[in-house]
Amino acid sequence: MSGLTIQRLLVANRGEIARRVFATCRRLGIETVAVHSDPDAGLPFVREADFAVLLPGSTPGETYLRGDLVIDAARRAGADAIHPGYGFLSENAAFARDVRAAGLIWIGPDPESIESMGSKIEAKLLMAAAGVPVLANLTATEVTEADLPLLVKASAGGGGRGMRIVRTLESVADEVAKAEAEAASAFGDGTVFLEPFVEHGRHVEVQVWGDHEANIAVLGERDCSLQRRHQKVIEEAPAPGLPQSVVAALHEAARSAAEAIRYVGAGTVEFLYDPARESFWFLEMNTRLQVEHPVTEAVTGVDLVELQLLAADPGSGGWTMMLRTDRPDGHAIEARLYAEDPGADYQPQSGLLETFDIPGVSVEFGALVGPGLRLDSGFESGNEVGTHYDAMIAKLISWAPTRELAARRLAGALSRARLHGLTTNRDLLVASLRHDAFLSGEVSTDFFTLHPEVLGSAVSDPVPAAFAAAVMLAEQDRLVRRVQHAAPVAWRNVVSQPQRTVFEHDESEIAVEWYGGRTGYSHATRADIAVVEASAGSVVLEVDGVRTRFDGVRSSADHGAARELFVDGGLHSLRLRERPRFVDPADVVAQGSLLAPMPGTVIGVPLEVGAAVTAGQPVLVLEAMKMQHTITAPTDGVLTEVAVVVGQQVSAGEVLAVVSIESDDQEESAAEGDVR
Amino acid sequence: MTRRDSMLAKIADLDAEHAKAVAGGGEKYVERHHARGKLMPRERIELLIDPGSAFLELSPLAGWGSDFTVGASVVTGIGVIEGVECMITANDPSVKGGASNPWTVKKIFRASQIAEENRLPTVALVESGGADLPTQKEIFIPGGRLFRDITRSSAAKVPTIALVFGNSTAGGAYVPGMSDYTVMVKDQAKVFLGGPPLVKMATGEESDDESLGGAEMHARTSGLADYLAVDEHDALRIGRRIVARLNRQQPGSCDVSAGSGDASATSRRFAEPEVDPDDLLDLIPTDLKEPFDPRQVIAHLADGVSADNGVVFDEFKPLYGGSLVTGWARIHGHQVGILANAQGVLFSEEAQKATQFIQLANQIDVPLLFLHNTTGYMVGKEYEQGGIIKHGAMMINAVSNSTVPHISIIMGASYGAGNYGMNGRAYDPRFLFTWPSAKSAVMGPAQLAGVLSIVARAASEAKGRVYDEAADAGMREFIEASVEEQSLPHFLSGMLYDDGVIDPRDTRTILGICLSVITANQPVKGTDRFGVFRM
Repeated sequence: MSGLTIQRLLVANRGEIARRVFATCRRLGIETVAVHSDPDAGLPFVREADFAVLLPGSTPGETYLRGDLVIDAARRAGADAIHPGYGFLSENAAFARDVRAAGLIWIGPDPESIESMGSKIEAKLLMAAAGVPVLANLTATEVTEADLPLLVKASAGGGGRGMRIVRTLESVADEVAKAEAEAASAFGDGTVFLEPFVEHGRHVEVQVWGDHEANIAVLGERDCSLQRRHQKVIEEAPAPGLPQSVVAALHEAARSAAEAIRYVGAGTVEFLYDPARESFWFLEMNTRLQVEHPVTEAVTGVDLVELQLLAADPGSGGWTMMLRTDRPDGHAIEARLYAEDPGADYQPQSGLLETFDIPGVSVEFGALVGPGLRLDSGFESGNEVGTHYDAMIAKLISWAPTRELAARRLAGALSRARLHGLTTNRDLLVASLRHDAFLSGEVSTDFFTLHPEVLGSAVSDPVPAAFAAAVMLAEQDRLVRRVQHAAPVAWRNVVSQPQRTVFEHDESEIAVEWYGGRTGYSHATRADIAVVEASAGSVVLEVDGVRTRFDGVRSSADHGAARELFVDGGLHSLRLRERPRFVDPADVVAQGSLLAPMPGTVIGVPLEVGAAVTAGQPVLVLEAMKMQHTITAPTDGVLTEVAVVVGQQVSAGEVLAVVSIESDDQEESAAEGDVR
Repeated sequence: MTRRDSMLAKIADLDAEHAKAVAGGGEKYVERHHARGKLMPRERIELLIDPGSAFLELSPLAGWGSDFTVGASVVTGIGVIEGVECMITANDPSVKGGASNPWTVKKIFRASQIAEENRLPTVALVESGGADLPTQKEIFIPGGRLFRDITRSSAAKVPTIALVFGNSTAGGAYVPGMSDYTVMVKDQAKVFLGGPPLVKMATGEESDDESLGGAEMHARTSGLADYLAVDEHDALRIGRRIVARLNRQQPGSCDVSAGSGDASATSRRFAEPEVDPDDLLDLIPTDLKEPFDPRQVIAHLADGVSADNGVVFDEFKPLYGGSLVTGWARIHGHQVGILANAQGVLFSEEAQKATQFIQLANQIDVPLLFLHNTTGYMVGKEYEQGGIIKHGAMMINAVSNSTVPHISIIMGASYGAGNYGMNGRAYDPRFLFTWPSAKSAVMGPAQLAGVLSIVARAASEAKGRVYDEAADAGMREFIEASVEEQSLPHFLSGMLYDDGVIDPRDTRTILGICLSVITANQPVKGTDRFGVFRM
């Protein structure tokens, strides 16, 4: 093995993948360069890089997708190689050529390989010719009832965008049109194609690696079936429950695929697997590093980024394949932690990540030695999760000798994690990892449709946590008293009623009734709960004889009157907003107001003030987190106010428009607005 | 029955009487009130005061033993609003529409007195149908003081605030009328001198409630209302904002940012007592003839040892006049001089010791705490000849003319002139609370019955009649029973002879609140002159 020649590498990406590549660079003695947008300036990947170059602007189009600026940044920072990470420019053949033309080392396959796999339609033809099984290609005009259900996919796609399932013939044209629009907006290429849709199929993919001497190594397979909105959520290696013959056939098919295009570097061949028929079909080949690459690293012991560097670096040309590919060691599972609300159709969340703390992490961005947890995170406590990019906060990877142990460890760490400030999919991940179907290997891409219960994994008994929160707030009040500092909290010589603290939690309301006084805190109705210790930041409760500690952190976003507390304890995490005792009538929002569900940009206002609307009719279109969100009229009525214009940036909760029930009852509805 | 069981039984009785006051006019009227979307007086108060702050209700047993509902259809007490200690009064509209009876008036007068003496802003939560007409003769003439007190408070720069939730008519209209700030609840407040029928009779004018005294009218037309509240919550919110802007908030005494744990600056300033407050129940004998050591009570009430409180109780003159314990301690960080009866009887030595101690407290401007358990000044030839009257008079002179604030706690007996010397109600302590174990009368029931018997027997014998022993036994039994009943805490509290009967375990908290209230708005200033001490 000869040495690497790369001295200074620029990562044309952000967040966790930039940090991941930097970690390997540091281990190999390579200097690192980050590029970053304006909103990303405060993220760890920028700080960790030896050098950082600003790409002015916020949107990917202004920043991470600007190949010219990235190459210019590399030149200015003295980099001699560019790693594209995943997404953004990672599968852009033109960019790869430009990088090479600029005299820089491109960490990725040849542009020709990218191109041949870039079009899914072309790729399928190529693979069919190489003897790899593929699904039939259909066209919108030719499909018949017998072909249903169908899947519409963007040819240039990835990450599930532009992908739609069609179950009726009537909706084919409509869905194709929508997919085309989404593909055009997401990838700049509106080409879509149709395939038969395999019910309860699994997503199984094979990691391959090719060197300059045309050796193809197969580094095992991964199962990435647990997906929501066509985006992977939980991935693992090896794929559970596959017959040995299928595994062998998959590996062989992947090898054929890579060989067919003389692939150099790390790549992934994705297959759709039908467990009922034990057969599989080629889906696509990703000519880049995958998000879920750590699970392969955990069971093979290789560093895939290092392999990428080796494959790309001319100095390592004589490198000989010495990869062990026979069988995986143990089992690894990765969970992707997203800032999103699974209960609200996975709506992406943005805002301040106040606390990000996962207990028991053995290593970050590196190889696991023995059973443990690996964390690949793009964020730290105090970072802002913005609206411009993917909502993934971190990946947590667990390795153990058996699949069940890996799942348990991962679920345990996630459930104990302190994640404050943003709604995440943590509960969904934990519930999935603990679900019987998952544990028995019954995974499929429609897992969340088949097991909707994992979405509703609410806290079974929120009363103790809410009571603990009420006690913490009372202790905080006690500390800021101006007089009578030593009087017991809520002391009364004549007790007439309990104290009442009301919290908003998710959409619901939790009221806690409690007593204070000489003997300390007690819950008004739950005799099984006793307070053992109380302070402004933590409370120890005894619930039916079992002690549990609750820790509370005040949100930095609260404004005194409506205090917000993140409470962790009893393996749960709650975000509780205190409902103020009083609301100034002047602050009450008029009835019928349409509020922005999240920060974003107004991209369409189809109606004029005064227009009659029916319930459910679109009133406004908002773009946030790369998705369009239609704001609809809550009731029949008249659009009496539009508070925003197209192009305007709005924050969550901002009034966008007002729909009044009846046009000539405007005064009445305004008066109703006064009443709480 | 152990001391603890006996005291717990008395506390349970007390709780039951308090529950009557809380129940107001009873379930039916409370429900009707709630059904109108209105809050009960204590619900209003709970919303008005700062979250988690204490509320010291005063005279909750007012009217006990009378024909009127316990509590006298009004709630009074000291609460903290926006960090400011305020006197809060709240009519209970579930009791005969919140009408004032003679006890209501007495209770409000007492609240006004406390507010005046301690310069507390008053917040009146008004909803009263006016005077209870059958008892108007006891209310009308003295009741005028109510309005005088409001404006005198204002003149003394102690703010007055009226939040009007309902009826406040005729004379009651002067409550908002005299107050510095007035808030009226929309569609609820009704403030006029004469209602539609009276106006019709007087002038023939046709009118209605809203045009004569509605909240909107007063806010927009007459200007009597400074603020129009959309509902009860809003009125309370506005009330809190008014208090927040009275420029009376104490500077934040501890700059502890929330969430930084339990060790507040204040808890470092003084320590809680080292003894368990619950043990107090074991201390008080069931039979008041049995003396108990007040030093043990003091150990429960006073601050424990801390960095700047080296000793819990520094006893003064410990070897002299042992039947009265005097000395210095701190309660919630406030220094107090304590006078506590140890053996019941006050002799000349005790009276002189008390006199000197009261003078010392006035010299150094420190409030005094009187812990009563006295059967009075010693009688008998030796003591009369030794000048017990002179010495008792010195003590009463000192108590009467002392200008440092006094607080009295009647723990046990408080009989005879001992009640006066120990700063009984007539000597205007700033606050006076009673333990359920207390008894107070001119003398013990048995002694009083016995005295009456001796006097009757002497009169009978002087007239040469045979004394009817059977009648005497009956008379003694009756007298003893009725004096016993009239010397019990609920009865005395019902007569407004104290500010409330309290659970002994709450005494420290109550003293802490009282001392905070006493010292918050004015300096403690001892007198430099007393009456002539007869030497």
